[in-house]
Amino acid sequence: MNYVWAGLIFAAYLFAAWNGNVEAVTQGALDGAKNAVEMVLALLGMMCFWTGLLEIAKRSGLTEKLAHLARPLTRLLFPKLRQDGAAVSAIVMNMIANFLGLSNAATPLGLKAMGELKRLEGETGRASDAMCMFVVINTASINLIPTTLITLRSAAGSADPFGILVPVWICSVLSVTVGVTAVKIFSRKDARRGLCRR
Amino acid sequence: MQTVKMISTGVMPVLFIAIIGYGLFRKINVFDAFLDGAMEGLKTAGKILPALVGLIAAITMFRVSGAMELITRFLSPITSRLGVPAEVLPLALLRPISGSGALAVVSDLFRVHGPDSIVGRIASVMMGSTETTFYTLAVYYGSVGIKDARFTVKAALLADLTGMLASVWACRLFYGLI
Repeated sequence: MNYVWAGLIFAAYLFAAWNGNVEAVTQGALDGAKNAVEMVLALLGMMCFWTGLLEIAKRSGLTEKLAHLARPLTRLLFPKLRQDGAAVSAIVMNMIANFLGLSNAATPLGLKAMGELKRLEGETGRASDAMCMFVVINTASINLIPTTLITLRSAAGSADPFGILVPVWICSVLSVTVGVTAVKIFSRKDARRGLCRR
Repeated sequence: MQTVKMISTGVMPVLFIAIIGYGLFRKINVFDAFLDGAMEGLKTAGKILPALVGLIAAITMFRVSGAMELITRFLSPITSRLGVPAEVLPLALLRPISGSGALAVVSDLFRVHGPDSIVGRIASVMMGSTETTFYTLAVYYGSVGIKDARFTVKAALLADLTGMLASVWACRLFYGLI
């Protein structure tokens, strides 16, 4: 993350100097900062609302039930976590929200899951295997019906706005599979390296 | 269109009523639970702000610097060998860093090529099967103060690359070669 961030800014100025638009890039920093604040403000209401609803679902035992149903999947993806713990149930709720295309709900639920994972990991500042897996799954898109996209297709006058659904599903599954496999391989590699050091 | 509308307007109310109703059924003080949960949401939102400001500023700088155009020009000979039409290359590069930017590119491609053209379809599948990777990374790791993301960026970009290439090949397979 460290180098990605610094790299983006250095590369931006490098390219800007090449293209002669250094001013635009500086303006971009200010615009970006402003946009970030607006984004959080826009998210804030939904965030509170969904974490509130999730707390109800948690106290009533609903999340536990759903997490139980998803156990075969979570055991495969997060073998090191306690399968009946708070982290796994938050993860399951986030996945359900993603799948149904409720992005307003998915982010708050996902952040809640990150909070639970952090509690397990402690103040190391380092991502745990489970965090890596969870974040990669969230950076890939597992979405039953991409509503925004279909609306856009229909608005652009498509004769068949839904026609892309099957290829979208296939590509989503492929990309998620590659992401999950990559995490599994990389974390195993890290573990092996850790063993050698010790 | 009707079905999408039905699903997107129907899912939310069903969830609201199911969650609150089940809470009442199990004799939970639902409003108390809601307030506690909402307070936690407020704290999380505060925690993601610094990370978001840093990352979105950097991404915006990168996007307006004209780097995209140069990279596109540099990459297009290689990607065209893999069957990626030059028109969708900017979308593939923009998608991981800016969701609204990518949506703007898709809508522009629809306007120029039409949503049912092969370019329009590839753009659709790309848009639908991938996510705004860096935004997600920033928000998720930022919220819990992770400094060392280990291999996450690598794995996420690998998944994105797969999604992009698969979009092109799936469309060629489904809708015929151009």
